[in-house]
Amino acid sequence: MLYNQPSPLETRVLTRRFGNADSATLAGYLRTEGYQGFLKAAKMTPDEVINEVKASNLRGRGGAGFPTGMKWSFVPRTSPKPKYIVVNADESEPGTCKDRVLMENDPHQLIEGVLIAGLSVDAHVGYIYIRGEYRYLIEVMDKAIAEAYEGGWLGKNIQGTGFDFDLYTHSGAGAYECGEESALLESLEGKRGIPRIRPPFPAVAGAFQSPTVLNNVETFCAVPAILRDGGAAFAALGVPKAGGTKMTCLTGHVNKPGVYELKLGFPVQQMIEEVGGGIRNGKKLKAFIPGGSSCPVLTAAEVEGATMDYDSMAARKTMLGSGGVIIMDENTCMVKAALRIMRFYAHESCGWCIPCREGTTWLKKILTRFHEGGGVKSDIPLIGDLAKNMLGRTFCPLGDAAAMPTISIVEKFKHEFEEHLNGRPCPYEAVTV
Amino acid sequence: MTFSPQLEARFDKLLKSYPPGRQRSAMIPMLMYAQDEVGHITDELVEEVARRVGVTPLQVNEVLSYYSMLHRQPLGKFHVQICTNISCQLHDGDKLWEHACKKLGIGHKETTADGQISLEEVECMGACSWAPAVQVNYDFHHFVTPGKLDELLDGLRKKP
Repeated sequence: MLYNQPSPLETRVLTRRFGNADSATLAGYLRTEGYQGFLKAAKMTPDEVINEVKASNLRGRGGAGFPTGMKWSFVPRTSPKPKYIVVNADESEPGTCKDRVLMENDPHQLIEGVLIAGLSVDAHVGYIYIRGEYRYLIEVMDKAIAEAYEGGWLGKNIQGTGFDFDLYTHSGAGAYECGEESALLESLEGKRGIPRIRPPFPAVAGAFQSPTVLNNVETFCAVPAILRDGGAAFAALGVPKAGGTKMTCLTGHVNKPGVYELKLGFPVQQMIEEVGGGIRNGKKLKAFIPGGSSCPVLTAAEVEGATMDYDSMAARKTMLGSGGVIIMDENTCMVKAALRIMRFYAHESCGWCIPCREGTTWLKKILTRFHEGGGVKSDIPLIGDLAKNMLGRTFCPLGDAAAMPTISIVEKFKHEFEEHLNGRPCPYEAVTV
Repeated sequence: MTFSPQLEARFDKLLKSYPPGRQRSAMIPMLMYAQDEVGHITDELVEEVARRVGVTPLQVNEVLSYYSMLHRQPLGKFHVQICTNISCQLHDGDKLWEHACKKLGIGHKETTADGQISLEEVECMGACSWAPAVQVNYDFHHFVTPGKLDELLDGLRKKP
């Protein structure tokens, strides 16, 4: 099911079957070149499969943007240990709702991507870790998996290729931290979702201390098209060094919020104006978050000339992230936005690393007091200092994720913090849309 | 403890999904599915799951306290979860939350006196492009206005 109208500006690779009544069924998948990438990969050597993925310039779609082919090549294929494929379907980065539509509308595409990853690293078991809130998607995936077993696309000797693979869903139970790869693996093993120190990385010691390929849903979903149509064709869709499309979630103050599949390198202004139908109520853009609430915020001026890809965003000292675009209009209170983001990280900090646990809690307290009109001038540099002291001092990136948007907001929108001083309640709060 | 045949089948499948000696992996999914049937995580359920996955009840308690969706206290028949995270806040999710509190006369993680409705302010649930979002048990509701929420809540009360 689709929750928003598609846009004519989309490039439909991962979403090519969306809108077909039978897109989620095995019959509907097979009718539309389904599992062709797997059959092709099954005739190739593991190195050839990995090279095809490398040639596609596919980079991890969960937020970190690490080259996928390279990640797969780190798995020691000859290790006597079993290897595992783990799908990160713990989508919970605020602003992000793309993996949901990928699984709901085309579950077999994900299964095929997992199978191809299995071929490339000699893995025969996979787990799809789905956040607990997505219960209906566990049912969708279980149904698709059952259909795949029945049709001979999972299990023993798949389609006579001699390749065996078993795939299972695994329910999370409500924890943002479990979207972080090492915490996810802990959770998969029936423990609290606390990050592991790295190295060793999951490629060497992941699930059950065995070599593991762990990628985001969208990353796996891109793989069937790469094998089917060739890595070069996928690479050609994007920009140099980053191939293909990105599932982009437009959220916040646009006329047509929704999930859209856009080529990497899509101009930000065109995305807001034409895909998103412009800012709501004819207002102006104030702030822009490219890929989930962990990314540093951009001002309207910084967005000019920006494109939706890793390098363009890195040049602006932010990140493409997960594709969760958050658009804030001119009436948005940036202190309130910073507070809400920090409340989230304070709630989700697992408590393992003190700079994150204490930093997020104190920042939440200061920002709450500040927004309510109890701020003093020295709070403004204090907020920045506290956040900067969290950077790089934690096992996992949650501390950084909390610090980065905060630092950018307090630096770029300092005047709004100053306007909240002297006991004045929020000057933006009275403005309702 | 006895469970429905469907839940037992699910447990069996889960316990076979993980490598030998790794049955502890089934703990969290088992608690999630069992909670749906039992209502909340009772002491008895903790002991039962501990026994089945081969750990102590203390180890189950230690793990489950980490996860926000595992509830040690009973909830209302309908668990109304309202997202107020940034993308929902930009669409007045925070005002929707206040509206719900006022209408039901309860606050965060509280249940109405008739035991029908529990209310919870939740973090991002993955419906950001269709904000503000509400989840009732596991059902998503998108683009929820105060008016729509009133209809939704009134409808729940009429459900058998």
